[in-house]
Amino acid sequence: MQTTNANEEVNYLEYKGKYSGIWGWIFSTDHKRIGLLYLYSIAIMFVVGAFLGLAMKLELIAPGKTIMNAATYNATFTVHGVIMIFMIVIPGLPAVFGNFLMPIMIGAKDVAFPKLNLLSWWLYVAGVLLILTALLFGPGVPDTGWTFYAPYSFKTGTNLLPAIFGAFVLGFSSILTGLNFLVTIHRLRAPGMKWLKLPLFVWTLYGTAWIQLLATPVVGITLVLVSLERVFGIGVFDPVLGGDPVLYQHLFWIYSHPAVYIMILPAMGAISEIIPTFAQKGIFGYKALIISTMAIAFVGYLVWGHHMYTAGMSGTAQYYFSLLTFFVAIPSAIKVFNWISTMYKGSIKLDTPFYWAASFIFVFMIGGLTGLVLGALATNIYVHDTAFVVAHFHFIVFGGVGFSFFGAIHYWYPKIFGKMYDKYWANVGWIVFFIGFMTLYTPMFYLGMQGMPRRYYDYLEEFHGGNILSTFGSWIMITGLVIIITNLIRSARKGEKAGINPWGGKTLEWRVPSPPPLENWDEIPVIGEEESKYF
Amino acid sequence: MSEEKHHIVPYKTYLVILLVLLVLTFVSIAITNIELGELTVAGALFFATVKTFLVLTYFMHLKYDKPYIRIMVGFVFAIFLVVIIITFLDYYYRA
Ligand SMILES: [Cu+2]
Repeated sequence: MQTTNANEEVNYLEYKGKYSGIWGWIFSTDHKRIGLLYLYSIAIMFVVGAFLGLAMKLELIAPGKTIMNAATYNATFTVHGVIMIFMIVIPGLPAVFGNFLMPIMIGAKDVAFPKLNLLSWWLYVAGVLLILTALLFGPGVPDTGWTFYAPYSFKTGTNLLPAIFGAFVLGFSSILTGLNFLVTIHRLRAPGMKWLKLPLFVWTLYGTAWIQLLATPVVGITLVLVSLERVFGIGVFDPVLGGDPVLYQHLFWIYSHPAVYIMILPAMGAISEIIPTFAQKGIFGYKALIISTMAIAFVGYLVWGHHMYTAGMSGTAQYYFSLLTFFVAIPSAIKVFNWISTMYKGSIKLDTPFYWAASFIFVFMIGGLTGLVLGALATNIYVHDTAFVVAHFHFIVFGGVGFSFFGAIHYWYPKIFGKMYDKYWANVGWIVFFIGFMTLYTPMFYLGMQGMPRRYYDYLEEFHGGNILSTFGSWIMITGLVIIITNLIRSARKGEKAGINPWGGKTLEWRVPSPPPLENWDEIPVIGEEESKYF
Repeated sequence: MSEEKHHIVPYKTYLVILLVLLVLTFVSIAITNIELGELTVAGALFFATVKTFLVLTYFMHLKYDKPYIRIMVGFVFAIFLVVIIITFLDYYYRA
């Protein structure tokens, strides 16, 4: 193995190209700069989305109107959902860490199509701006929920078209990233970097890229159909014109269930990198983890109907979807067992990324097992559209993806910024966040079981206790978030300088300087036959 | 990578395929004059399928690419087919 000796080379943060200042960033085709562009844009939108979530929780601290009326509440959960789903967790780990690390991990100098990569980010920004237009101008903030369900989506008087078009453009951004990653992983692996040597994070990006490429067009077409329905009344979804509103739900979830795996697969990939590093032991079941990744990606296409049990599908379809949904649990469980087995008899170093990874497993298990309650047809009927569902998907999407994202940023932070954050405050931030998270979402399982519906700004007196606890949890969680973000921002300036490999990681990104030079490698690394059975 | 051979398709092949596509387009329009009842959609889809196949094979070069690329494309269509079948588990059996 040749290691690059690029220490004297200018790193990517300081490099001066054709443009300077901010232009050197928004016109940069460097995969690392694009990764950071995504990180900053996602972080800004996350703050907005979190603020909206906080406002919703505050509204629910007491029955009746507290700080907003019903219409505002409807708009708030719609915008919260659209921002969190389309702008944050879907681009999420691939756009930030995939862009930054995947080329380095496979020993490449950049992605296959750097300009297309930059275009993806521009499209992302365009989509975000379009959706913000829908909020700021026109007859009212969209109030359909992030799912834009028919027939309400073409009946509502609010300013829905720009929001739908924005989601459409964000979809294009996602497709281009997926295409880029597919070609990169197929074509730009360093000599000797065989498929079965690829890091697991790269494998999950590969599975994700296929979903991005194949599933996203479906939602694109669906959103176009809703727009046409709204403007011209073409009658695809409108029952008055002979259309079928359930068809909308089919088309929407044909994308949006696999989209859950766009979010969670790379999250699992990051966990599969963090755990072996901090257990100081090779990953257990490397091949099983690859197979389960691809199995999740594949089976994920076939189970969308579990979102529609009460929509009036045929009984045959309901049985089928319930059965198939259980199959997804198998590869997910394989992953959990492999992570645990990796820790078994390892020599575990307790550092911030490991805390995040361990708590990821904890919250992901809760989210996954409650997912079975929702996947089972018989139990689903009782808790459908209750707070139980909201708790479940926040455990998966926020608990799963969010915890993994925070784990990843604490793991790769020294590589990305060349500085080490303050570990004490990072740990404090984690534990406060974790306690807040559990306090916020756990009561919602009980509230849902008691029958509290989701998406209502008001509730009966009997749900009061659980809601107070949950709102209280949101304040703890936001405190944790402030600690984490403050620590990370502060450390980027004032942190200690980080070495090439502060954690003892085995993958290739730990062989380039921190922060990496412009093209990562002076010389493309050659992976020897015997070298590291896998990374 | 630069040593890989690139197959060059003669213009004539492209021209022939273009003509075939145009003919098929007119045929698929002409066929709507015949009253086929439920089979109208099937007819339209049949011609669309043949045309797609030709475009993929010649214009998109699948014929001259490595087999694994053809397998990947086939896999994509297989998923598409499965998704359609599953959707019809609902429509076909709805009371
Ligand atoms: Cu689902």
